[in-house]
Amino acid sequence: MATPLTTPEVGGMGHSIKRKEDPRFLRGKGNYVDDIQLPGMLHMDIVRSPYAHAKIKKIDSTKALQTPGVLAVITGATLEQYKLHWMPTLMSDTQMVLPTEKVMYQAQEVAAVIATDRYKAADGVAAVEVEYEPLPVVVDPFKALEPGAPVLRTDKPGKSDNRIFHWEVGDKAGTDSAIRGSEVVVRQKIYIPRIHVASIETCGCVADFDRVRGKLTVYMTTQAPHAIRTVFALVAGHVGLSEEKIRIVSPDIGGGFGGKVPVYPGYVIAVAASVVIGKPVKWVEDRMENLQADSFARDYHMEAELAAKKDGTMTALRIKTVADHGYADAAANPSKFPAGLFSICTGSYDFQKAFAEVDGVYTNKPPGGIAYRCSFRVTEAVHAIERMTDVLAQELKMDPAQLRMKNFIPAAKFPYKSALGWEYDSGNYPAALKKAMDIIGYDALRKEQAEKRKKGELMGIGISSFTEIVGAGPSKHFDILGIKMFDSCEIRVHPTGKATARFGTKSQGQGHETTYAQVVAEELGIPAAHVEVEEGDTDTAPYGLGTYASRSTPVAAAAGAVAARKIREKAKKIAAYLLEVGEQDLVWEPGKFSVKGAPQKSKTIQEIAFAAYTNHPQGMEAGLEAVDYYDPPNLTFPFGSYICVVDIDRGTGEVKIRRFVAVDDCGNIINPMIVDGQIHGGLTMGMAPALYEEISYDESGNVQGGSFMDYLLPTAMETPKWETDKTVTPSPHHPLGAKGVGESATVGAPPAVVNAVVDALSHLGVKHIDIPITPEKVWKILKEKGAAE
Amino acid sequence: MAMHKIKVTVNGEAREAEVESRLLLVHLLREVFRLTGTHIGCDTTHCGACTVLLDGTPVKSCTVLAVQADGREVMTVEGLEKDNKLDPIQEGFYQEHGLQCGYCTPGMMMTGYALLKANASPTEADIRRAISGNLCRCTGYVNIVKSVQHAAAASKSR
Amino acid sequence: MIPGPFDYHSPKSLSEAVGLLSQHRGKAKVLSGGQSLLPLLKLRLGSADHLVDIGRIPGLEYIKEDGGTLKIGGRTRESALEASDVVKKKYPILAETAAVIADPIVRNLATVGGNLAHGDPANDHPATMLAVGAQVVATGPKGERIIPIEKFFTGLFETALAPDEILTEIRIPAPPPKSGGAYVKLERKVGDFATAAAAAQVTLGAGGEISRAGIGLTNAGPLPVKAEAAEKFLQGKKPDGAAIAEAARLAAQAASPEADRRGSVEYKREMARVLTARALKRAVARAQGA
Repeated sequence: MATPLTTPEVGGMGHSIKRKEDPRFLRGKGNYVDDIQLPGMLHMDIVRSPYAHAKIKKIDSTKALQTPGVLAVITGATLEQYKLHWMPTLMSDTQMVLPTEKVMYQAQEVAAVIATDRYKAADGVAAVEVEYEPLPVVVDPFKALEPGAPVLRTDKPGKSDNRIFHWEVGDKAGTDSAIRGSEVVVRQKIYIPRIHVASIETCGCVADFDRVRGKLTVYMTTQAPHAIRTVFALVAGHVGLSEEKIRIVSPDIGGGFGGKVPVYPGYVIAVAASVVIGKPVKWVEDRMENLQADSFARDYHMEAELAAKKDGTMTALRIKTVADHGYADAAANPSKFPAGLFSICTGSYDFQKAFAEVDGVYTNKPPGGIAYRCSFRVTEAVHAIERMTDVLAQELKMDPAQLRMKNFIPAAKFPYKSALGWEYDSGNYPAALKKAMDIIGYDALRKEQAEKRKKGELMGIGISSFTEIVGAGPSKHFDILGIKMFDSCEIRVHPTGKATARFGTKSQGQGHETTYAQVVAEELGIPAAHVEVEEGDTDTAPYGLGTYASRSTPVAAAAGAVAARKIREKAKKIAAYLLEVGEQDLVWEPGKFSVKGAPQKSKTIQEIAFAAYTNHPQGMEAGLEAVDYYDPPNLTFPFGSYICVVDIDRGTGEVKIRRFVAVDDCGNIINPMIVDGQIHGGLTMGMAPALYEEISYDESGNVQGGSFMDYLLPTAMETPKWETDKTVTPSPHHPLGAKGVGESATVGAPPAVVNAVVDALSHLGVKHIDIPITPEKVWKILKEKGAAE
Repeated sequence: MAMHKIKVTVNGEAREAEVESRLLLVHLLREVFRLTGTHIGCDTTHCGACTVLLDGTPVKSCTVLAVQADGREVMTVEGLEKDNKLDPIQEGFYQEHGLQCGYCTPGMMMTGYALLKANASPTEADIRRAISGNLCRCTGYVNIVKSVQHAAAASKSR
Repeated sequence: MIPGPFDYHSPKSLSEAVGLLSQHRGKAKVLSGGQSLLPLLKLRLGSADHLVDIGRIPGLEYIKEDGGTLKIGGRTRESALEASDVVKKKYPILAETAAVIADPIVRNLATVGGNLAHGDPANDHPATMLAVGAQVVATGPKGERIIPIEKFFTGLFETALAPDEILTEIRIPAPPPKSGGAYVKLERKVGDFATAAAAAQVTLGAGGEISRAGIGLTNAGPLPVKAEAAEKFLQGKKPDGAAIAEAARLAAQAASPEADRRGSVEYKREMARVLTARALKRAVARAQGA
């Protein structure tokens, strides 16, 4: 890694400075939504449907309203008066806030109780009586597509089926022909079930409508406060909410991972309640509500075909996917991408031909699809290609590391135009894989595996060499509900040389208060300790699209660098004025301008800042600040190679991860300590769906895995000691050469784990196992193959 | 339903309240005493975000009634620091990047703090076992282990 | 996660507690560690109009050897059992069982008595107590009575305790020389109930053959399971691989688990077999070393 440009005291890029945001968290003085208490604040709790599909015959609030402390019961009929009972989704579909006719998933919001405290609100919820008439339930997306299946979206006039969208990308005819003409074709069905982000803090808000000022403030668990503000203004403008009088405050957020991007009905109901009642209303969901009703992730049924020459050269890739979206397409995709960035599925390999198609389907399940650190469906795409690579390796009896090396996009081809339309900015895949293989001792492990196989012991080695695609995105292609996906930074340098920097993103644990300060320190030489970073308050922060899909470093940190450089430009003019030289005679080093050839004649950035208010040239505006709205020229493409070693218990089918080495390349690194932390967390959220987590539904639409009893988050006992290392291949187009890394590990890890388990069983003829790989799944295989204890 | 007058010593300070039988200890701390450092993360006693010390023993305060704490001592994350100085466990988490979003952190630190009082030289396995009732989604636990090890080393050299 | 309303009582003596249970007969529940009861109340599954908290009654938490019996107070915390030197040394099966109940923080409050009195076949102690041949002491209005553990579990969440009785002590006979026990639990992750678990306690005779075997299975049916056929089979047998395998097979036949997210009926039964074999192997090794 390159030597940092700045000293540790300044703390620019490359320094592992300790986090500036830590003190309040360490001292129990964080400010999360549920910590907020306002005078006169009321509490809201939600009545939820036990049925997956049912007509609402009657909602009787009598007993609830008689419960001490209960002030109001809000139903769909209440909201219908304000035309707020339905709302648009981020993918331009519609979803219910509260139903007036029927419910469409188990745990759907049916009514809301407002009470003086949360205990009474809970009592009120228990007292609301709802009469349902069950309707036929559709939980299988393939059955939903069959002719004659019950049509779920009866609210859409003329809708006669359960299709949402058909999307395709690539050269269909060329790929078909390439596959037909190939020497080898491997095919595999791969299902990735529903999972849930389950951040330790659930979702919630405090909606506070000030009747006197006509201003709405919403403290909210949101990763995208500005987008929320605009959505509220558009959706509720007709009831008098005006954007300049809406303030969204995203305070401290206890983990987001994409689950805090959507607008949930609870938020809208709380806002409506506050506007009508004129008091603050708090709504915080409990864990079961969070798991059962909030935006899920995955639920992709994929059929993949990978064609190659006999020597292992990959020639074509075709993937057909049925996407189960629940009852509404509320995925938080950029609007032109109903299947997100799934078209990265050609991965790290040089495919000439590729084609992918995705069909979205309605079912009686909660809406969503994009969440759980997926980079917009990249987890699904990478799972497919990395699994298929191993399937091909097995078919050809070729070592999977060798097969990858053979097919990696060579360094000379970057920037690389993929068969599905992306231009990868930079990459060096062989270096990452070689490093991972060296660290883990790959050859020795293969020898050990051969020895163990002779004794009937089951050990597997799995590789995943992924390419990520993050940093949405260039305005040409990327927007959310029409709002382009730029991001922003506004920096103000104060007279005493300190700075305040505000961004349009919103950290939920990624450390922006530290890393963004380091970006400013890098560009201006002001110590990171003297740069106060602010995010999340729409009254003060410049407009941005928020933090998700690993976009903060690629887009907002870039805005920070560019804004800082604008400041440096002005600083140069002031320095030239103060030093009485021409700008061309000045030399910059972090923190000061000095005269070429006369380094003792210099001005520090602090002196320049002071001068900007006290002694600036005539005709120049006072002050030292800049704002930048950064429109990235391209996405960025972090990558890596992960190697996982597993041992399998032949008696119980349990999979134990013995070692896991992760070599990541996210370009230039702002704070190595923080990057490592992101990777540790991402690996754990990659292992979890591979081995433990699943949300499923029985035939009646009853959710399974709707509490932490059955939705299994790994503890410190299940989680291995992750081993991490790096290569550094900067992004050529990013001002700092940085790529972002927040989701790389969640994307890259699951196929490494699956590949390891399949590798352990491949000599028994096993080609694929769908996640989560539970002990029972493995045991069934062992029993079938006569290899169980 | 009867109300109960209770007296609880919280972080060394005598506090009083009149509470319903069903009031959970975590709500007594957060809503009545306004100590919001202790967090709620689930409804099935799994996540441990609510961990506090009751008479020096870590407990999940979401699964204890406020009335059960009558006449007893509770220590929360706010009680770790002394005279504006961080406890070694807090310092360990700071030095070793043991937190990201910070939501599980108070519970983790209370568990770590109690572990080090019972075992001044825990192994990595000891630490992982001790925190197996505290869930984290952000860190992957690697740095949390390092944070507790840091605190153990710092406590010994005092 | 908010419980419905209830009345709370904090008696200072056993007789006061029993009196309250009699007074509110059928409408009162004992609050011991609360780590099974409170989660149920928070989900509003099951209700109680009155909670009788036995937490402030002195003399209910102890672990002591008395003559040839280990006596454990009903309110003894799992963490104390896990850490007890005498238990680790002479009754390792109990320490092993305590160590896998829920998670370490829950174990600081969860009690051995509560684990048994809750009547949940998914709890871990019932199988172990069946394997070691424990007795339960119930204290009611008429004083103490002793209930052998084989008679204690009467139904799903039902025990032989009367509504006005409190489980005040558990008694375990000291194992004779050449005894060993083990508890092996398969769980999806730390903190889960057992997918399957087996408790095995054996005593070897002079010739090295098994003179007594106790085998209990966790979460293997509506009641905790005592694998009697397997126990009888092992009597007098040399504890070799074949005998253990056959005993494990018989034990699995005694299991009638329900399918759920932890596994299918077939898998759980098979795991009962695999884990019984592992528990027996470890118990025998300990007995041979003892």
